[in-house]
Amino acid sequence: MHKDNQPLIFELTREGRIGYSLPDLDVPDLELSSLLPDGFIREEAAELPEVSELDIMRHYTALSNRNHGIDSGFYPLGSCTMKYNPKINESVARYPGFANIHPLQDESTVQGAMEVMYDLQEHLVEITGMDEVTLQPAAGAHGEWTALMMIRAFHEANGDFNRTKVLVPDSAHGTNPASATVAGFDTVTVKSGENGLVDLEDLKKQVGPDTAALMLTNPNTLGLFEEEILEMAAIVHEAGGKLYYDGANLNAVMSKARPGDMGFDAVHLNLHKTFTGPHGGGGPGSGPVGVKKDLVPFLPKPVLVKEEDTYTFEYDRPQSIGRVKPFYGNFGIYLRAYTYIRSMGPDGLKAVTENAVLNANYMMRRLEPYFDLPYNRHCKHEFVLSGRRQKKLGVRTLDMAKRLLDFGYHPPTIYFPLNVEEGMMIEPTETESKETLDAFCDALIQIAKEAEENPEIVQNAPHTTVVNRLDETKAARQPVLRYTK
Amino acid sequence: MRHRYIPMTETDQAEMMKTIGISSIDELFADIPEKVRFKGEYNIKKAKSETSLVKELSKLAAKNADARTYASFLGAGVYDHYKPIIVDHVISRSEFYTAYTPYQPEISQGELQAIFEFQTMICELTGMDLANSSMYDGGTALAEAGTLSAGHTRRKKLLVSETVHPESRDVVLSYAAGQAIEVVTIPQKDGVTDIAKLEELMDEDTAAVLVQYPNFFGQIEDIKKISEIAHDNGGLFVVSSNPLALGVLTPPGKLGADITVGDAQPFGIPEAFGGPHCGYFAVTKKLMRKVPGRLVGETTDDEGRRGYVLTLQAREQHIRRDKATSNICSNQALNALAASVAMTALGKVGTQEIAYQNIVKTRYAKEAFEKAGFDVKFGSAHFNEIVVDCKKPVKEVNDQLFAKGIIGGYDLSLTYPELANHALIAVTEQRTKEEIDALVQEMEALHA
Repeated sequence: MHKDNQPLIFELTREGRIGYSLPDLDVPDLELSSLLPDGFIREEAAELPEVSELDIMRHYTALSNRNHGIDSGFYPLGSCTMKYNPKINESVARYPGFANIHPLQDESTVQGAMEVMYDLQEHLVEITGMDEVTLQPAAGAHGEWTALMMIRAFHEANGDFNRTKVLVPDSAHGTNPASATVAGFDTVTVKSGENGLVDLEDLKKQVGPDTAALMLTNPNTLGLFEEEILEMAAIVHEAGGKLYYDGANLNAVMSKARPGDMGFDAVHLNLHKTFTGPHGGGGPGSGPVGVKKDLVPFLPKPVLVKEEDTYTFEYDRPQSIGRVKPFYGNFGIYLRAYTYIRSMGPDGLKAVTENAVLNANYMMRRLEPYFDLPYNRHCKHEFVLSGRRQKKLGVRTLDMAKRLLDFGYHPPTIYFPLNVEEGMMIEPTETESKETLDAFCDALIQIAKEAEENPEIVQNAPHTTVVNRLDETKAARQPVLRYTK
Repeated sequence: MRHRYIPMTETDQAEMMKTIGISSIDELFADIPEKVRFKGEYNIKKAKSETSLVKELSKLAAKNADARTYASFLGAGVYDHYKPIIVDHVISRSEFYTAYTPYQPEISQGELQAIFEFQTMICELTGMDLANSSMYDGGTALAEAGTLSAGHTRRKKLLVSETVHPESRDVVLSYAAGQAIEVVTIPQKDGVTDIAKLEELMDEDTAAVLVQYPNFFGQIEDIKKISEIAHDNGGLFVVSSNPLALGVLTPPGKLGADITVGDAQPFGIPEAFGGPHCGYFAVTKKLMRKVPGRLVGETTDDEGRRGYVLTLQAREQHIRRDKATSNICSNQALNALAASVAMTALGKVGTQEIAYQNIVKTRYAKEAFEKAGFDVKFGSAHFNEIVVDCKKPVKEVNDQLFAKGIIGGYDLSLTYPELANHALIAVTEQRTKEEIDALVQEMEALHA
């Protein structure tokens, strides 16, 4: 691809061109001034583009050519589960009976949609080992906050108003502490031990009568299973706290261990990760929350119930935390997830996890001789390498990530989790072939060699993308956040 | 087992296990304690082939009454509008929809530039200085505007007009509860915010006044006046606005709004049973560093080429963790793209024309109802929505209409008990004169 600029759509504007086809006006034409109050009619038109339909298609096609998706190539972005997004999902979501139905229609006219929702909830209950599931949250972080609000309501319903703290391991996703803050809690960080797992002694020290909950990802962001999960659950539960499961890494344990059986009281799932959402360049997602019995009264409303063969939304839920989103969540996304689950079945989901974990371990062992591996044991669906060795040669992990772009790959997640120096978090997923994994490993091994023999080529990467590295400092210091003529 | 989404063959697996140094995949799960290990398979439905799944799901979809088969007069925050066919062709480009958040700008220039264009279009329509890359929806965007205001002013009270969408008000309440923010409802009078009551309620603890423009009843609030009242007491002014209406309405940014939020669903996004839609969040410059979520900014590379990056990230959860301005991570990027394409297709002229058509058609429906002897409540200016006294329970009316191929209006008694027997009837440019006439006739016939 040659290096160039793509003009902004505003720069393609020519007065007099249009790109729309509105219905003919079939009612009497009236003066706008007779329809709107004085002072509320816009004086200057919004400066939106004036382009033809072909202009639009060429523009966005050019933009799509400047973008890398899973369909373009391998995307081993750790913690993001960038697996193949099946095309049947996209078709189903566009059926008029799903895409063109209004959320406030009479329930008798949308029973098909409600049946999908109910059946999906039942499937997620079984997959997570929880008692009930709400589909309302729009994304993972939204699910975290929803569950924390329920935990807070649970404590308060017990007359317990002093549980102001949420414990979060230092390796946790950034959304965990942020969600705790939005839910009105203070965050307390729990340390990881030398083995990369939560330090039980530190957990015991931090937990107390002010603990509302512990938020945990299992396997954690290093891709390691928290083996002492039952002990941790006991510590938190004995102190009266609740255990929260961040489901971002569920792809690692499907059919192998369920959050409900590990002692978790609440869990969110990222349907746009494990269940093939897709990601959409940053959403929309879907973040259902599953809970155990004692949190059920606090579920957001409405709650979907089935009576005989009829589905209804129940609003009379006096202890509910209320509504967390207008309507019933991101239906179009969880409909895709449902289609995926039904395409996989129980044996399929088991194979998903087994292959995802096999792929990660295979890559880890292939790359181990060339990079530092801070936690050398079987990983789950992802693993974290350290670029310490290359850093000593003047090549940083960022440089290696940029160099991978020249090979046509999306780089791994870098500099996360925070407890690994020059970290590189690799998650291959189960939908990639051995040839793809091998080719990627070969590229990374070549880059490690380049770091020794020809560091400049890595330090100055990428060389083949439409732009070189961009000046992020300038972007932040002199923010230009919109186009002006 | 073999599955079309999983390419590993037994030969592949054997070679890989050899490299790892294991003899069975189970060994990779040996670290899961016996006590929590799940044995066997999930008790869920067996896998279906593509063909049989398509059959099953098509049947389920066909059980629902959709707006292509029925003439729908339901609005109340979600609208059946013109969706330029090109929108779906653009968002079906899988370089867009199978990408993650654009963390690697060099291979994400397409998405980043598209978001930059979205931000610009939202600024143009709302008259605000800057807009973010999107929020989940209009309701959560409004709630985050409320919590932002409380944080910015260090005050703990929000005044929310009763004419704001009831479900959005519910979401504001849920978010406020987390941060011990008090929410007080400003009552409505004649279908708009009661200004006298607002003045009474306004005090120095008020972080912000939140209104909707056009409001839930389709009325045009006097946001100029409300803005003055909000600012006189040092509070912020938050407007939730249907961006399609802003094709002809004076933008909130010109009338004193500090934050304008809303949902871009009217621009090319299907109703989809309530989601995913596309919240937007726009502010004045002084609030730039308080904005939740992703922002895309323009910059250059070392050879002076223009490019786009995620910027001002010191506000965000992945950097600031518990000090972030919001916990939002994934937003609604693909729907922001859909809205951008629709706004581009409509363009400068089409956005004015579509907004005008919505107003003039709503006026036509209002007059048709009045001619037929129905009382249409509230004011003379209407956008999309009118409040019609059906003289009998709306549920009953709607059941009868449905039999005639019409989806009736929203039953206001569900959220405004004083409006028993009143329907909120929405008319968009998609409803033909014929359909409007049929609606009025059928409702009239119910009283004959």
